[in-house]
Amino acid sequence: MIAFFIKRLAQAIVVMFVISIISFSIQDNLGDPLREMVGQSVSEAERQQLRDELGLNDPFLVQYGRFVSNALQGDLGTSYFFKEPALDVILGKLPATLELVFGASLIIVLLSIPLGVYSAIKPQSWFSKAVMGFSIVGISVPVFLTAIGLIYLFSIELGWMPSFGRGETQPMFWGWESGFFTWDGLAHLVLPCISLASIMLPLFIRLIRAEMMEVLQSEYVKFARAKGLPLRRIYFLHALKNTMLPVITVGGVQIGTMVAYTILTETVFQWPGMGFLFLEAVNRVDTPLIVAYLIVVGAIFVITNTLVDLIYGLVNPTVNLAGKK
Amino acid sequence: MTTENQTPADKMPAAGQAPGLLQRMKESHVWHSFTRDRVAQLSLTIFMGYVLMALFAPAIAPFDPYDATQIDIMNSELPPSWDEEMGDPQFWLGTDAQGRDLWSTILYGTRISLTIGICAVLLQATIGIIIGLIAGYRGGRVDSILMRFADVQLSFSTMMVAIVVLAVFQASFGTELYQDLAMIMLVLVIGIAEWPQYARTIRASVLAEKKKEYVDAARVMGLGQMRIMFRHILPNTLSPILVISTVQVANAIISEASLSFLGLGMPVSQPSLGSLISSGFEYIFSGAWWITVIPGIVLVVLILVMNLLGDWLRDVLNPKLYKG
Repeated sequence: MIAFFIKRLAQAIVVMFVISIISFSIQDNLGDPLREMVGQSVSEAERQQLRDELGLNDPFLVQYGRFVSNALQGDLGTSYFFKEPALDVILGKLPATLELVFGASLIIVLLSIPLGVYSAIKPQSWFSKAVMGFSIVGISVPVFLTAIGLIYLFSIELGWMPSFGRGETQPMFWGWESGFFTWDGLAHLVLPCISLASIMLPLFIRLIRAEMMEVLQSEYVKFARAKGLPLRRIYFLHALKNTMLPVITVGGVQIGTMVAYTILTETVFQWPGMGFLFLEAVNRVDTPLIVAYLIVVGAIFVITNTLVDLIYGLVNPTVNLAGKK
Repeated sequence: MTTENQTPADKMPAAGQAPGLLQRMKESHVWHSFTRDRVAQLSLTIFMGYVLMALFAPAIAPFDPYDATQIDIMNSELPPSWDEEMGDPQFWLGTDAQGRDLWSTILYGTRISLTIGICAVLLQATIGIIIGLIAGYRGGRVDSILMRFADVQLSFSTMMVAIVVLAVFQASFGTELYQDLAMIMLVLVIGIAEWPQYARTIRASVLAEKKKEYVDAARVMGLGQMRIMFRHILPNTLSPILVISTVQVANAIISEASLSFLGLGMPVSQPSLGSLISSGFEYIFSGAWWITVIPGIVLVVLILVMNLLGDWLRDVLNPKLYKG
């Protein structure tokens, strides 16, 4: 177990190292910090002096070392646009994005398991066929089109739901604000969460259905049936447990993917989260903000993947923890 | 254009030239299932329709959307011609915000979307097949390093990688230059980001093929590694390649549309379906629904038929795909 743990940790560190190098080279090549600081009116000699003072003429490795040591202390530079530490700006928007991801995950978990299991148990029923039909259509509609469709239907035509923003939020612990506790906030959450969930939901339904059907063919399920156990017990206690194993792995990867899709959802709904901020930063060439976003999102990816691998290793006794073959 | 290479109808005669008996049997099985599956027939017909639309866009389109002299800003935001009050019979699907005929723009947009999707998948397939063959055939350390690499790359979603890479390029090139290079950039980014899908699938089937006797025979005859890999093993892994290719083209088109929607893809002056939808989104609140909705439907139907074809192929060929 410990060997497995260390191996995963080492891999996570290597990946973070690569992310830091990429981020650093972006910072190094994109935009000129001097121009942002002093403008056009400073002479060339003064510029050179400033470059020396700021250490912009140092060798690559020295600069990279400084970048990493600053980053480890939580200093990723100051946003050109907001004139605030870039990391603070990003982390300030993190709750809004996490809220979306959480809401969407909730929808996915609550819907995909019952639908997937049902369509595996009764593959011939009309409802299962409808679910499978819906899922292939769902896979084929890009997130942003789902979002536009929802806005068009529920906000413009019917006028039931707000079409942009977060609405009223309630302060939570650590200065985070959440829209989960006010009616207005919840109303603003519904459409973005549905559109974010729409891309993953069909995938999970299909995955759970496929795994469940495979499990139902296995010897131990047949034996349980032969033993006369109640069907409900077989399906939900025995079969579902083994169905969920691969779902955990895929789920972990998909949480990361969902963070990527928040960029699209947030753009359509003008949701004040990280993804929306990132696109604005790109348009303004706000390098420190771009870099901070990369590092935060990279860290989210690495942490979720490592955690999922570890959980999978703990839950599934057949995983060879030391990785020996 | 190499569009037809992706369709099963075209693959079949190509595969038929190979003298293998097994190949021919498989072919007849595919054909048999195709003749009985209404959904597959309909999907293929619609898909071929799209391909024809894309190929002959300049001939079908009544206007040239890239030609500024044919565009009159006075014609902007006209609704489709079946709207009797406002519609103009000249533009049967209406016009977009710049006064371009929507039907012509959609034809050209489909052409761009399909081209990018197919080129990106060709790139993916090339990289993925080479890496997958090497990893599966050589095994050992090479295999574990390459697959570790694929795992890491897969754990970062394609969308994320593509958005970041394109955003950085756009910020450093400046928007003007970027727009000229957009098509190449999209193909490169989508192509490179998705290679692990192919590599893992190919590797899985190479591992199964490697144990078979014909590979041993080839080795005993003293054939080179390259020859065994590409001439002997590769043809036997074609069915999983065919299945994932269909789905991958659909995914690449979705990625392209999403990136264009974010403003990181094709420029509005040379729109793909995604950038057309994006440009219409601003006007949806003022009631000009057709600029967004019509290209949206065109896009969804295209992706849907490709996914249906992929599903059908998966059921028929039933390859052992790599499970995540």
